[in-house]
Amino acid sequence: MSSLLKNIIRFAVFLLLQAFILNKVPALHQFIKPYLYFLFILWLPFNLPRPGLLILAFIYGLCYDYLSGTPGLHAACCVLIAYIRPFLISILLPQESTELSYAEPSIKSLGWAPYGIYILILAFLHNSLLVFIEWMRFGDFLFFIGKVSATTALSLVLIFITEMIFPRKGKYRTNAA
Amino acid sequence: MKNIILFIRQFFNLFLFLVLMISCLVILSNYNKTYQAVFYSKANEITGSLGKQYNSVEYYFELKATNEKLVAENAALRNNLLSSFDNPDTGYLQHRDTLRADTLRMIRRFQYLPAKVVNNSVTQENNFITLYRGSKQGVRKDMGVISPSGIMGKVVVVSDNYCRVMSILSRSYKPSGMLKKGLLTGTISWDGKDPRYITLEGIPKSVKVQKGDTVLTSTYSGDFPAGSMVGTIEKVEADAASSYFKLKVKTGTNFLNVQYAYLVENRLLAEQQAVESQTPKN
Repeated sequence: MSSLLKNIIRFAVFLLLQAFILNKVPALHQFIKPYLYFLFILWLPFNLPRPGLLILAFIYGLCYDYLSGTPGLHAACCVLIAYIRPFLISILLPQESTELSYAEPSIKSLGWAPYGIYILILAFLHNSLLVFIEWMRFGDFLFFIGKVSATTALSLVLIFITEMIFPRKGKYRTNAA
Repeated sequence: MKNIILFIRQFFNLFLFLVLMISCLVILSNYNKTYQAVFYSKANEITGSLGKQYNSVEYYFELKATNEKLVAENAALRNNLLSSFDNPDTGYLQHRDTLRADTLRMIRRFQYLPAKVVNNSVTQENNFITLYRGSKQGVRKDMGVISPSGIMGKVVVVSDNYCRVMSILSRSYKPSGMLKKGLLTGTISWDGKDPRYITLEGIPKSVKVQKGDTVLTSTYSGDFPAGSMVGTIEKVEADAASSYFKLKVKTGTNFLNVQYAYLVENRLLAEQQAVESQTPKN
């Protein structure tokens, strides 16, 4: 399957999964909201140019916003993590020019610990901005701290489960490299 | 000029990021003020039909509960029929005069439009409901929405066949409500915690309020018919900082499984607003 087709399918599946399954789960607590849809942006291939990455994240976020009912809110968060992503990858990627041999960020291509940090930082940034915008409107510092930590923890668990269920083979982009 | 272009090219990604971020925030802040966003009406048509597909499955699981609610509502309406009442004294025959004594005719103020709920959320900070009724069927912005057992919200976005309703489970929507006992008005709000409970504030502590008292929509709200069911009081809490109660109200509508709703059109609302806007401002 080509990378383009794979990502188009992911785009639709992640959006529908978030809008029609995760958003329908009755919340255990006000702070615990399951967010998984931004994994699409984390899984985009390495070789996507940065302007393309930003614009794709903007469109993806806006699509989710239309489904969930607050245009602009999730788009802002997606654009933020799409902007930070290349910096993080350049820090975390092993220096033996592996970016040429692997197509996208995964446990195989980055290694367990760097991939964990990559997921943690981006999930934290996404949820922080999301809750921060809500907090600006509703106020209450405990709400901010509690919701950011609880949603980030739950996001990490969900991403971990996704990685377990769908192990991505670290496919080589080229045989030559 | 060349330097500026070079500068922009060097930091192109940063500029693109800032432009996209600012446009997101502009869309969001505009939406919060006016509930209008780029392509939102078109997008609503697509997300509405997606929701309808999803609901065609979900609806089967809620059939029993939906039936019970509709039967309960029918029973309540039947109990109010004139034929349900009788005179205790059968010797006395009462005739109803079919002629109106008054030459003024009745005016229809509220008209109800049934609608199917096709999408519903209860877990966000601002929750929205999608109904399968749109501008082609006569839905307009700011119409009130009630369920068989209580109020639900108001219409914020309308497309051809679907409309999107901001439910009372929203932090930024605060309709006015009143206690049935004493007809005291207060403000209804939601704290974002539990979709089964909302809060009624602004009822003075001098009033005797009990658990189980009924809360209705007030006569001030133009969206809903005055006296529509909102819920019943679950817990009475005295706010220590003020002389008002903070009442925890159990919503009449069960937002977790609501399947049908009525859109309420207030035909005199435009006239009322026109009069109100003519009031001289000092």
